[in-house]
Amino acid sequence: MARWLPWIAALLLAALPAVLTPYTTDLVVKIVIFAVFALSLELLVGMTGLVSLGHAAFFGLGAYVAVLASPESDPGNLLVLLLAAMAVAALYALFVGALSLRTKGVYFIMVTLAFAQMAYFVFHDTKVGGGSDGIYLNVRPVLGPLDGGNKLHFYYLAVAALVGTYGLLALLRRSRFGHALAGIRVNEQRMRAAGFATYRYKLAAFVLAGALAGLAGCLLAIKDGVVNPELLAWQESGAVLLMIILGGLGHLRGAVIGAAAFALLKELYATPALVGNFLADHWQLTLGLTIIAFVALLPKGLIGLLERRR
Amino acid sequence: MSALLSCSGLTRRFGGLTAVNGVTLDFAPGQVHAVIGTNGAGKSTLINMLSGELPASDGRITLAGDDITGWPQARRARAGVGRSYQRTTIFPEFTVFENCRLSAQAAHARPWALWETASACATSGRIAHEALASAGLADLAGRAAGSLSHGGKRQLEIAMCLATEPRVLLLDEPLAGMGSEETDRMLELLARLKPGHAILLVEHDMDAVFRIADRITVMVNGEVIASDAPAAIRSNRDVQVAYLGEH
Repeated sequence: MARWLPWIAALLLAALPAVLTPYTTDLVVKIVIFAVFALSLELLVGMTGLVSLGHAAFFGLGAYVAVLASPESDPGNLLVLLLAAMAVAALYALFVGALSLRTKGVYFIMVTLAFAQMAYFVFHDTKVGGGSDGIYLNVRPVLGPLDGGNKLHFYYLAVAALVGTYGLLALLRRSRFGHALAGIRVNEQRMRAAGFATYRYKLAAFVLAGALAGLAGCLLAIKDGVVNPELLAWQESGAVLLMIILGGLGHLRGAVIGAAAFALLKELYATPALVGNFLADHWQLTLGLTIIAFVALLPKGLIGLLERRR
Repeated sequence: MSALLSCSGLTRRFGGLTAVNGVTLDFAPGQVHAVIGTNGAGKSTLINMLSGELPASDGRITLAGDDITGWPQARRARAGVGRSYQRTTIFPEFTVFENCRLSAQAAHARPWALWETASACATSGRIAHEALASAGLADLAGRAAGSLSHGGKRQLEIAMCLATEPRVLLLDEPLAGMGSEETDRMLELLARLKPGHAILLVEHDMDAVFRIADRITVMVNGEVIASDAPAAIRSNRDVQVAYLGEH
């Protein structure tokens, strides 16, 4: 049963537009994009044991590439933009990873945070991407008959990106590369003693995670038609870390469930009709308290609920 | 017999402390070479330098004639320098077999082949089974490694080392915390491994050392004070004063 869950979820996602309103379509697309982002961090945190607090840098960079690489008043090539966003994010991840992976534990957290804030201030304080106001994507990219501006087309594009990312990471987990990452997570010293060049493995995982975060960022930019520096800020890195903790570390489906739960809770707490004006204005408060409660009651995340029932 | 692993003038300083001072030793295949000494004599530091975990401050290490002093640990391991740890460092959540297969995969990595499952690698599976069989763990292959007895975990530690197909075994207190029956089993295992390997054994259990060792080196304060056949070591005055007499 559990084996088929991802397939069932993918089929449901494919059938969903039939019953969705424009508002809920937008919400589901947002969840799908953040699920890709969360999966990319799960590769680092859950699979390799590298806790990064700067993962939004690659997400935001992918988003900026989508806008900056698009022509001013013509539609860009969707495939080229997606690949460019992933390539730029991967390059920055190669640079950040090569330096930060020489450190461990809390130092690694701090160095990744520092590199992400550096990228944040480049976009915030210079005119590269419109400064603190951000920059608009005037015309959505296309690829043949696929139109990035069409809500339904874009919905399927985002779902395809999620299925592709999930499938890639599921294969990776079972492969020798994935097993080596798992070994590094548990005991890196032992892996070196066995003959694994662990630094290279970690760097490869870091670069791949950066590229996938860039893919998610690129999709978000095309969806919203606007990017701003906040996409690279540490709050965004913290939020995606919360998503995978909320869902349950060490499981791919945990990252997806966490992304959905986080977005839905945020939506719920920010709706005045449901929680009243005061609480809706201060949704961070209720969301924060809820996450604390979840973490306290479900140390294995939401995925732990499913496992406990079996 | 010619040496497989050699070190000359090997020195390690930690700030003002010289943990290992100008150690020159040879390790030959088919020999168990025990290194004994009190705590702080520099035995573990010596193993850490030979395996590449710690860089040497001075001196030279050669493996079958190649200068490996500057090689990182992973490269040395792939070239045949295997080690076990004093503190058990297995992967408790994996099965006993998976622990060994993972070790074996270091030399058969193909990390880019994402479409191949790790369990499909026949070579590393075969090597892992062989390592488990020679370490006497074949019956426990499917067990979670964390559920093994202390002695079983120490055996697995050796099996994981064997799964890397080493030529040199650097064993850091493999008998630590073992009962007499487990000790006997481990010594039998070492005797079986001896023909194909150069074995460096750091051990506190003197009875075991004198039973198994072909050569014994005594270290005191980071320096070698004697290196000879067991009988000669037993009758060496300096050694008796410095070490054996205290027991």
